[in-house]
Amino acid sequence: MESWIVLTILLMMIVTYVPRTAPLLFLTRFDLPKGVILWLKYIPVAVLSALLYPSILLPAGELDVSSSNEFLVAALPTMLVVWCTRSLFWTVVVGVLAVSVLREMGV
Amino acid sequence: MSTGMLSDGIATSSIRRGMKAATPVVMGYIPIAIAFGILASQVGLGIAEAAAMSVFVFAGSAQFIAVGMIGAGNSIGAIVVTTFLVNLRHLLMSAALSPHLRGLSHKELAWFGFQLTDETFALHSTRFREGVPDVLESFALNGTAQVSWVLGTIAGVLVGGVVSDVDGLGMDYTLPAMFIALVFIQVHNSTYFTVGVLGGAAAMVFQVTGMGVWSIIAATVLAATAGVVLEQWKAG
Repeated sequence: MESWIVLTILLMMIVTYVPRTAPLLFLTRFDLPKGVILWLKYIPVAVLSALLYPSILLPAGELDVSSSNEFLVAALPTMLVVWCTRSLFWTVVVGVLAVSVLREMGV
Repeated sequence: MSTGMLSDGIATSSIRRGMKAATPVVMGYIPIAIAFGILASQVGLGIAEAAAMSVFVFAGSAQFIAVGMIGAGNSIGAIVVTTFLVNLRHLLMSAALSPHLRGLSHKELAWFGFQLTDETFALHSTRFREGVPDVLESFALNGTAQVSWVLGTIAGVLVGGVVSDVDGLGMDYTLPAMFIALVFIQVHNSTYFTVGVLGGAAAMVFQVTGMGVWSIIAATVLAATAGVVLEQWKAG
């Protein structure tokens, strides 16, 4: 294994592990200010949306809201499945199937 | 001797319960881990490298982004900063679970935190409302989830060496589909909805205007801050 990938994985591990564990270990002793907790509450939906929207709406780095954007079209059945089942597994399966079917059809 | 055998029996059933509880996460992880392994092999990572990332980092979306950034020739610094910012959300999850885990030792908390992902958090936060189970049960749940993630990664690298055109399979949609599900599940009310739409729209504007890697971070900070303002304003 080359040293750059070892270093990358090691640093990724540290920066991932510390935020996951530090609050578990210290929160009972050092309470976060109320405003910070309020702000952190909105981070998950904000960051996931910031990652999601461009991946679906900017597939080639430019806005594509046409029916030839299979990621956007497949989002409809995908949202329907998560709304009905709340299952991560079936949502992913249906989303992937929808994209492969759309590509097979050459939409 | 007999008490030793009795506690062994209790431990075995705790582990079984934990493994069983992990089932939905395992089902969700395997196809995503396979897709991750395929993507990793496409950017030139081998089995040991991809598996090491799944063992030591164990963070789905950050691993996809990191591998994508490796493929695009980004610096280690940019990858690590992005990983940190993408995974910073676990700070809140860790904080939210901490009141339930006061009975754990420091070593147990240190191990629990290592396997805290969006999905294990989702299960634990639901389960802990009905009482905190045996720590072995929680560890079995986390361990089962991670083992499936690592095995799926290895399978994906092996498949990736054979399958050259994965686009036709739609596997590149696993991450967007997972995010659609996670965003959907995390929208508890109209404020969360607004934060999500604002974060997504801001990220697109920042990306199109050339902010690059910082577009996600800037959009996240902007949207979360707007969420706080909106909540305060609604509360009057």
